[in-house]
Amino acid sequence: MTEQKAVRWEKDADGIAVVTLDDPASSANTMNDAYREAMREVVDDLEKNKDDIVGVVVTSAKKTFFAGGNLEQLSAAGPDDAGRIVELVTEVKAQLRKLETFGRPVASALVGTALGGGLEIALATHHRVGVDAKGVVYGLPEVSLGLLPGGGGVTRVTRMLGIANGFMNVLAQGQRHKPAKALELGLVDELAATREEAFDKARAWVLANPEHTTQPWDRPKYRIPGGTPSSPSLAAILPAFPANLRKTLKGAPMPAPRNILAAAVEGAQVDFDTASKIEGRYFAELVTGQVSKNMTKAFFFDLNAINGGKSRPDGPAKWQPTKVAVLGAGMMGAGIAYVCSLAGWEVVLKDVSREAADKGKAYSEGLVAKGVQRGKTTQEKGDALLGRITPTDDYADLEGCDVVIEAVFESVELKQEVFREAAKHIKPDALLCSNTSTLPITELAKGVDRPDDFIGLHFFSPVDKMPLVEIIKGERTNDEALAKAFDLTLGIRKTPIVVNDSRGFFTSRVIGTFINEGVAMIAEGIDPQTIEQASSQAGYPAPVLQLMDELTLTLPRKIREETRKGVEAAGGTWTPHPSDPVIDRLVDEFDRKGKSSGAGFYEYENGKRTRLWPGLREQFGATNHDVDLHELSERMLFIESIETVRCVDEGVLTTVADANIGSIFGIGFPAWTGGVLQYIEGYPGGPAGFVARADELKATYGERFEVPQSLRDRAAKGESATAAA
Amino acid sequence: MSEIPEAYIYDAIRTPRGRGKASGSLHEVKPISLVTGLIDAIRERNPELDTNTIDDVVLGVVSPVGDQGGDIAKTAAIAAGLPDTVAGVQLNRFCASGLEAVNTATQKVRSGMEELVLAGGVEGMSRVPMGSDGGAWAMDPDTAYETGFVPQGIGADLIATLEGYSREDVDTFAVESQTRAAKAWADGRFANSIIPVKDRNGLTVLDRDEHIRAGATVEALGGLKPSFEMMGRDGGFDAVALQKYHWVEKIDHVHHAGNSSGIVDGAALTLIGTEAAGTANGLIPRARIVATALSGADPTIMLTGPAPAARKALAKAGLSVEDIDLFEINEAFAAVALRFMKDMGISHEITNVNGGAIAMGHPLGATGAMILGTLIDELERRDLRRGLATLCVGGGMGIATIVERV
Repeated sequence: MTEQKAVRWEKDADGIAVVTLDDPASSANTMNDAYREAMREVVDDLEKNKDDIVGVVVTSAKKTFFAGGNLEQLSAAGPDDAGRIVELVTEVKAQLRKLETFGRPVASALVGTALGGGLEIALATHHRVGVDAKGVVYGLPEVSLGLLPGGGGVTRVTRMLGIANGFMNVLAQGQRHKPAKALELGLVDELAATREEAFDKARAWVLANPEHTTQPWDRPKYRIPGGTPSSPSLAAILPAFPANLRKTLKGAPMPAPRNILAAAVEGAQVDFDTASKIEGRYFAELVTGQVSKNMTKAFFFDLNAINGGKSRPDGPAKWQPTKVAVLGAGMMGAGIAYVCSLAGWEVVLKDVSREAADKGKAYSEGLVAKGVQRGKTTQEKGDALLGRITPTDDYADLEGCDVVIEAVFESVELKQEVFREAAKHIKPDALLCSNTSTLPITELAKGVDRPDDFIGLHFFSPVDKMPLVEIIKGERTNDEALAKAFDLTLGIRKTPIVVNDSRGFFTSRVIGTFINEGVAMIAEGIDPQTIEQASSQAGYPAPVLQLMDELTLTLPRKIREETRKGVEAAGGTWTPHPSDPVIDRLVDEFDRKGKSSGAGFYEYENGKRTRLWPGLREQFGATNHDVDLHELSERMLFIESIETVRCVDEGVLTTVADANIGSIFGIGFPAWTGGVLQYIEGYPGGPAGFVARADELKATYGERFEVPQSLRDRAAKGESATAAA
Repeated sequence: MSEIPEAYIYDAIRTPRGRGKASGSLHEVKPISLVTGLIDAIRERNPELDTNTIDDVVLGVVSPVGDQGGDIAKTAAIAAGLPDTVAGVQLNRFCASGLEAVNTATQKVRSGMEELVLAGGVEGMSRVPMGSDGGAWAMDPDTAYETGFVPQGIGADLIATLEGYSREDVDTFAVESQTRAAKAWADGRFANSIIPVKDRNGLTVLDRDEHIRAGATVEALGGLKPSFEMMGRDGGFDAVALQKYHWVEKIDHVHHAGNSSGIVDGAALTLIGTEAAGTANGLIPRARIVATALSGADPTIMLTGPAPAARKALAKAGLSVEDIDLFEINEAFAAVALRFMKDMGISHEITNVNGGAIAMGHPLGATGAMILGTLIDELERRDLRRGLATLCVGGGMGIATIVERV
């Protein structure tokens, strides 16, 4: 017996060479060294045995067809490894090129999900059979990790679909397409109901098409759909492609989409093999660059760690609720009710009046109607979802609930009262959750009968869209409650991060530093539009002053006052922030309290933002635009990262993954950074470079840029930024 | 060490400008024919000229493909029956190509390397549309993305936004250009320089600039739709420009077909040489080229290069703005001319006194040589001494040439 290879082949009774992807070292196939070596032998073998085989079917012995690139290997590539990466990818591509040109029909049976490198292998076959089963997706999601499909994906998709179609529907956003959509696009040629049928169909196609031994783009007179830059019709619109990309990315430093566009357009003007080389060079630049490492860290390693339960206690068994009580049917409660019902759980939506509760349910009705209209769900499923939500004004309806999620007004007394009332009806061991964004969990827990079962479950608005839940452990919260809260969050398909109780927890506290920094720039006389551009070009999803208007100016002021009192009560000295006077003047002098009041940093007409309030320039003298925009961007990023390090030092955060993912999913920290802590690791010069730059910012802008001693010490020793796991 | 030879302009002529569309009078005329007609005219106007003494023909063409591709300058020299020894070169400095040809000829002459050069340009815009030659910038996403490429109309609107030029301001300027051009034609001020375009039978095809709209009013222009608003929004170009001009909230799109340079067909040619070459050929110098300059500014806004180029030329010549009697700034867009006058602190009274490209059109490769001829004509008519011609140029460049009557 020889050792099992990652790719093997055998000739079947009809003379078809069946190539099976089956990495013995893993439950999923990836483009690792084992694949590359085995594939090299297999393709060489096929060519040698060409006269003895009628064609080839490529399939997989795993649940998925093929998972994609080897991210550990790619992540480890440094700036000096470009040559090695180009060599690596050149070989992968040469193998696939040989497979599609050696002179026999080649089909692929995509028996399960094929993403990234997996789909790239399939694209090198002449006929692709997908499986139309739940959960199966096909696509090239490399861009979401700051990479591009460097195994021939850009070159083949561009030739097959055309520059515009391929870029927009496959390459630039990395959509994971359901089988039907993949068929419509042409990523697969036909669909089967099961993996067995896919294999049979692939075989049948090979037997029926002995002459089909080339790809369309290798046939004479083939024209790329939509043309190339030398076609007048494409030339007329081509300049808008990079411009619209810049518009979409808002100037944030995300090189992958640009490299994809460039490789697609440049590749379309030359022959296949030259296009492939161009693609390889753009790929190597991304692999060896920092942004792909940041994004891979956050969206692959950190996200996997979180979903794998890194912050969940191991002891308690997996749990899921059956009946959820949502107290308070305002915007948050209404959204929470929707996502819980969507998960298949019974929901009792309680408010002080039936009318208010009905209004909360109407939110779900609206979402269902929209979903049905857009074909995202069926009327039947929508009706069932709505049927699971019971609006009420009567605590008695909470009978049998095994979890309570409170989303009433932010008042300790009120919150404690609703828990006391609920306790009379819910199950005796029900999980007790508060959706507070500001009040200390430990404090709230003091007013409930079972503080050990009490936990913070901080949702983000709008609940149905935002992917994060911040779970807050109070002093008394036990492992059982934490595990339940964690499982509940995964159950509603959201990502849980776990933090310890502290004022503002992690997310509210850190986003506050970002907003204050932006507002402080007004005090410095910097033009408000320049400030907005600085935050957008840093990569934040919403410009900072616009965000402040959305959150209202009064709420942070209230929190500031409470914090000040807290600090002073504890005997500390309160340090005012340079943003304070700007907020105070806007609220007190100009009665501009934010979007909900119809006036803030912006002017509004019928609730619609029209333009920046000219008073910022006239009353605050904020007209200076002769500034280093990059420095303004860095101030925002730095202040959030520094505050995060403090959160780690104080034990609010315990894992790097929670910090990174929480910052990106919860408070819009730019994705290209890989999150608030990865930003420090990935900063030029690493943590030491970050500290040096922070010291410069401190010298210019003040003590708030002082990095914690812990970071200074660790950076000096060449360690990672924090002690977080 | 021998003294640096001076470069003199002995002649400067141009075709009338035809509307740059299929219905335009010059659409039926090949670009090469526009050039050979002018070469013939140079010979007729200068009967003592020994064409064997011409070293080179330098022609600007911005879209040098199709029937104005393949070095049209040498082809025209052959077609016009110039001696085989006369060379030809086509060059491209975008909208400044015609003036670049003159400046290149000046450098050839002043370097002592050559004696007599025909310099000018041609653009048959109705036959070879703008952009026909692709491009290393707009057509290359990698370069365009990194350097913030936007079409120049967006840059013109951005200039207007930054300077606070209202729609009425730019339309008023446009109407004045029309009024001045119409008056100049009525007064016969271009008579000496316009060479009618004739067919192979000697029949006149066009003998006047046909793009002018004499009765234009601000009210009438007010009805025209902005040309670059949709492109700026849907093409993403406004966003690109605003990322660079980060303090600007939005671009005010004020330019349209009526206050931007017209798309036309046309050609221009000058005869430039040393004093000795002039004497030997019985030529009378009309002006001396005092200084030439190239400069540049931000490529995204693209059109603010004229002032730095003009200042550089003035510095080279040891002159100040006050030493210049008349200015010609190519009216690529109204805001470009307004901005140039503001930057230089000069009045419209001495700028584009006979109108400009908004009224008469901008045949890309030829315009620079055309406005230089117009400038010399007017200096002569008013008996003034010095003039400066300048154009905004793609990529943010600016070009300027100072001439002095002799």
